[in-house]
Amino acid sequence: MTRDEIVIAIKDIIATIAPDEEVSNLAMDVRLRDQIELDSMDFLDIVMELRKRYGVQVPEEDYMQLSTLQGCVDYLGPKLESKSLVLTALKG
Amino acid sequence: MSDERRYYRGSTDGKKPRTSDPLAKARGEYDLIVIGSGLAGMTAANVLGSLGHKVALLEQHYNFGGMATWFKRSGGHVFDVSLHGFPVGMVKTCRRYWSPEIASRIVQLDGIRFDNPQFHLDTTFTREDFTEKLVSQFGAERSTVEGFFDYLRGLNYYDDPRDTVADCFERFFPGRNDIHRLLLEPIAYANGSTMADPAIAYGIVFSNFMSKGVYTFTGGTDWLVAKMKDELRRNGVELFNNVQVERITVENGRATGVVAHGRQLRARAVLSNANIKRTILDLVGREHFAPEFAREVEAVRLNNSSTQVYIGIREGCSVPWITDLLFTSTREQFDSPALCDFRGQSRTFSFYYPKVRPGSERFAIVSSTNANFADWAKLDDATYVQEKARLIEETLRELERYVPNIREISDHIEAATPRTFEFYTQHVQGASFGTKWEGLRPSMELSSHIEGLYHSGSVGIIMSGWLGAANYGVITANKVDLFLRAAAQTAAGGR
Repeated sequence: MTRDEIVIAIKDIIATIAPDEEVSNLAMDVRLRDQIELDSMDFLDIVMELRKRYGVQVPEEDYMQLSTLQGCVDYLGPKLESKSLVLTALKG
Repeated sequence: MSDERRYYRGSTDGKKPRTSDPLAKARGEYDLIVIGSGLAGMTAANVLGSLGHKVALLEQHYNFGGMATWFKRSGGHVFDVSLHGFPVGMVKTCRRYWSPEIASRIVQLDGIRFDNPQFHLDTTFTREDFTEKLVSQFGAERSTVEGFFDYLRGLNYYDDPRDTVADCFERFFPGRNDIHRLLLEPIAYANGSTMADPAIAYGIVFSNFMSKGVYTFTGGTDWLVAKMKDELRRNGVELFNNVQVERITVENGRATGVVAHGRQLRARAVLSNANIKRTILDLVGREHFAPEFAREVEAVRLNNSSTQVYIGIREGCSVPWITDLLFTSTREQFDSPALCDFRGQSRTFSFYYPKVRPGSERFAIVSSTNANFADWAKLDDATYVQEKARLIEETLRELERYVPNIREISDHIEAATPRTFEFYTQHVQGASFGTKWEGLRPSMELSSHIEGLYHSGSVGIIMSGWLGAANYGVITANKVDLFLRAAAQTAAGGR
């Protein structure tokens, strides 16, 4: 996955767990929870989806790394390098 | 244990007798065994089943659902035990961890009423409406009310739990016993909160309700649990009722399964949705834990139990619209411990109109009080029967203020006490809302003491309503998934 694809991967996960939220205009450097309504259960769901789709483990102490899209790209980049993008909500 | 002694039919405390081996279809080994089908256990089982793990869910009762339960009585009566009501967050939780169909049945209650010597009001139970009432009816400063809501919303798990509900109320609304009553009474019935509990345990639940009001299921608990069972089966979870787990087996510091009805069922992980004290001190056994951890668990306080009176309205009769949920008291001043009084003056009435079960024309009313187990446990049998009758009579007298002809239109009345709750749920001391705040830590830490052993039963008050329970099931399921995947990888790597 390229860095651009990682952004799409995260947006797709958010679109899956929070179908009422608009994800296309999310800014890279602003905290996700300041842009859309995400609570701690939503973040847990993001972590579970990452594990389910890509086999990526995010330990609890690293959850903070995922607070912005840029943070997701930086943190997940090495972990997702060899994986291919899975889309469920944004396909078509 | 003698099943003949435990299971008998026909009395108000009856369970169905077991007629066949409840584990006849069980395999010898699972990825995960879940003990107890309360909302947390069921939700965890469903999430983990959907992630591809082989899960068995064991329930001691014949119905699944734990405290989310119902029962039927002759005359066409169906009574829900704990249906009214939960916060709007349940919509998201059901959509995500159950099904869109279940989520679509969640509707807002139309009315919530308070009636006591200090105030009378109807409310939507939202922040906007409470703010309005606190300002216009109670004369509080708007900025103080806003500050109170913001403070509670801002509390999180890592904050100092020494700030109590009483401290917090006194800071914002000093000496305002009436406001304290408005703020605490409904949450006391929702999760057992008292003035002495940490503000956070109260604040999380109160804030959840205040976001959009109080919700319930259309279709009743029977419909809900039937749908959940369908969903569990669809996700490959094997369901077993009437199964009494005798113990959780531990070998070399690892959970290896359970023993039930004399049979060992093996699993790579065990998730107990039983009470945390029962799980650690009885099902596993304190000898498997460090003494200081066992002592910490022993010191965990339980929440109060409840009484309920179930009033079935005769077919063809009806109850005029009053409200959905009525918090009523004849007590002049609010006193938090008095909500559990043996001869309490405070109770809630849940009114079940035909809208609850579309297609049915039936009405029912369920009254609830908080109660202390010890008050009921000590009674001899004859006194116990008398006291149940007394509870029913007092409840009817109270209800007559709102439904004057209740004695004519009702044709089934029965009471449940802390003893009833203990019998059906096997909760220690019939606890209706799990444990106090300090139960949270041993629950969350359990797997660091015994590998592969997890807990999701009601703890810390905040996990004790329907929403908190279901979400705590997911939080625990996430840990179990992580563990099972790591274990599978190790196994694969070792080949």
